Amino acid sequence: MSLLNIQDLKVSFTTPEGEVNAVNGLNLSLNEGETLAVVGESGSGKSQTAFATMGLLAKNGRATGTINFDGQNLLGMSTKALNKVRSQQIGMIFQDPMTSLNPYLRISEQMAEVLTLHKGMSKRDAINESVKMLDAVRIPDARNRITNYPHEFSGGMRQRIMIAMSLLCRPRLLIADEPTTALDVTVQAQIMQLLGDIRREFGTAIILITHDLGVVAGFCDRTLVLYGGQVMEEGQTETVFANPTHPYTLGLLQAVPRLDREELELATIAGEPPDMSRLPAGCPFSPRCDIAMHRCATLRPTLETLEAGHRRACHKPIAEVV
Amino acid sequence: MFSFVVRRLMVAVPTLLILVILSFVLMYAAPGGPFNSERPLPPEVLANIQAKYGLDQPFWKRITDYIWGVVAHFDFGPSFKFKDRSVNDIIAQGFPVTLTYGFWSFVLATVVGVTLGTAAAIKQNSWLDYLAVGFSVGAQVLPNFVMAPILLLVFTLWLGWLPGGGWNGGEWPYLIMPVIALSTSYMASIARIMRSSMLEVLNTNFIRTAQAKGIPMRRVILRHAMKPAILPLLSYLGPAFVGMITGSVVIDAFFSTGGIGTFFVNSAFSRDYSVMMGITILVGTLTILFNLVVDILYAWIDPKIRY
Repeated sequence: MSLLNIQDLKVSFTTPEGEVNAVNGLNLSLNEGETLAVVGESGSGKSQTAFATMGLLAKNGRATGTINFDGQNLLGMSTKALNKVRSQQIGMIFQDPMTSLNPYLRISEQMAEVLTLHKGMSKRDAINESVKMLDAVRIPDARNRITNYPHEFSGGMRQRIMIAMSLLCRPRLLIADEPTTALDVTVQAQIMQLLGDIRREFGTAIILITHDLGVVAGFCDRTLVLYGGQVMEEGQTETVFANPTHPYTLGLLQAVPRLDREELELATIAGEPPDMSRLPAGCPFSPRCDIAMHRCATLRPTLETLEAGHRRACHKPIAEVV
Repeated sequence: MFSFVVRRLMVAVPTLLILVILSFVLMYAAPGGPFNSERPLPPEVLANIQAKYGLDQPFWKRITDYIWGVVAHFDFGPSFKFKDRSVNDIIAQGFPVTLTYGFWSFVLATVVGVTLGTAAAIKQNSWLDYLAVGFSVGAQVLPNFVMAPILLLVFTLWLGWLPGGGWNGGEWPYLIMPVIALSTSYMASIARIMRSSMLEVLNTNFIRTAQAKGIPMRRVILRHAMKPAILPLLSYLGPAFVGMITGSVVIDAFFSTGGIGTFFVNSAFSRDYSVMMGITILVGTLTILFNLVVDILYAWIDPKIRY
């Protein structure tokens, strides 16, 4: 029985320019303690999938389908019921640590309220517990620094604080929405290492949303490649990386700069990310696909299972892709 | 912080001095004088009176005497129009009235304005929001000299619920209409500023974080959004507070409240130099003071601001 099971998720936004479809029939499942990477370009629907799960879609957004977490459907749940899931069952950290903490409140206030609210702790206990968690994410001198304001910490430190805050109630799932994108490379590595430690220590399942394939490779059990709000390929990370079967996955992997090869030019995928208000009827990637066929533009490929846990959505036979 | 306040108070002295000199120059430059009237006084009588009030003195002598009187004796001089009453008397009598209805107007405008603006922002594009925006626009274009007679018409003439004017030591039936008439347009501005700044704050990442933490909306608004949302309002509230507690000639005229608003305008018309200067200095001092209060509040609310 999986911890999180998303079936046929569709997310759309009503805008003055018309209906924008960010996620189009996404399926995803995640087991207890598992790490899943959700990979894709900007606008592929990865963040919106996470927001839909947390009930944090913008006001003009709508989600349909089912998001089953531990047997209950999070979609259509009242905010009150959702507030019991948030933080206690699912924690979330965001892309931009510089703006994700409230600049007007001390770290102690922002962390302690999670525990006083959800666990009914006293303020003093909550702060003690928060200090312990800050120690766990290796904030130096946490006991004293907890009374500081966010602007007194660096970006990397703030992301550590965000992580500590999201773990206070020991959630079973942590959604990390591009947690390292806004940080510089050395700090990125530290944050990823920290997330790895957390998974080992707390057994937290993690969904890592990223466009950085390098980050995925060393971290996640499984990888899900998204494009145009649809799953292109999904499988064990090693399988997807070693034997990609979808032209888009292939393109993504070729676009990763490699230090061990002497290439003069970095490979790119021609064209631009799709306009989500005017997706092609068929495969969303077909306009940019080198090997697209006629029916790619008109018929949407279904996800076919290749072997245990490895799935792809492409009309082309594998032999012609690779 | 302490040294900041001291520094600001020290800057206030030259600021006030410039205000006094400018007002004095403008007054001096304006044609006419307190003793000009339809039927001119005989020249020798006029000369006598002018000598009595020191108006025959050269400009520099008059201004230095005035400033000396204010600084050394806290004496703002005698009124030119009201015999046997000094400016100090007039302000001591009128200012408490203005302060009372101005203060309550401020409280009403702020409480209702902030609540309305916040509610409108939370329920953006709902009937509540449209109602609040409609009220803001309506109240802002409805001047208090239209508002006041309408209130009088309805509550005094038609319903007979409230007294049509007077002060009576500031008893509440006498307070209601002046407070409503004075606060409405301020309330509208406050609601409008509050709505837009709250909308902006509600779209920030840290509010999303608070929601992701499973914090109930009520607490998200009060604890996470209120502080930053109120910041842009502060710089409006300082001058607005001074504007309200220094009163309004419209309120004093319609409701016969006897605040300093009437004195101020009348003194300008009748060239009652000393009353005009006195009230100008009062308003100037209060403005400087409450701008300082606003700056202190800024630092109190926003931890990134340190003086």
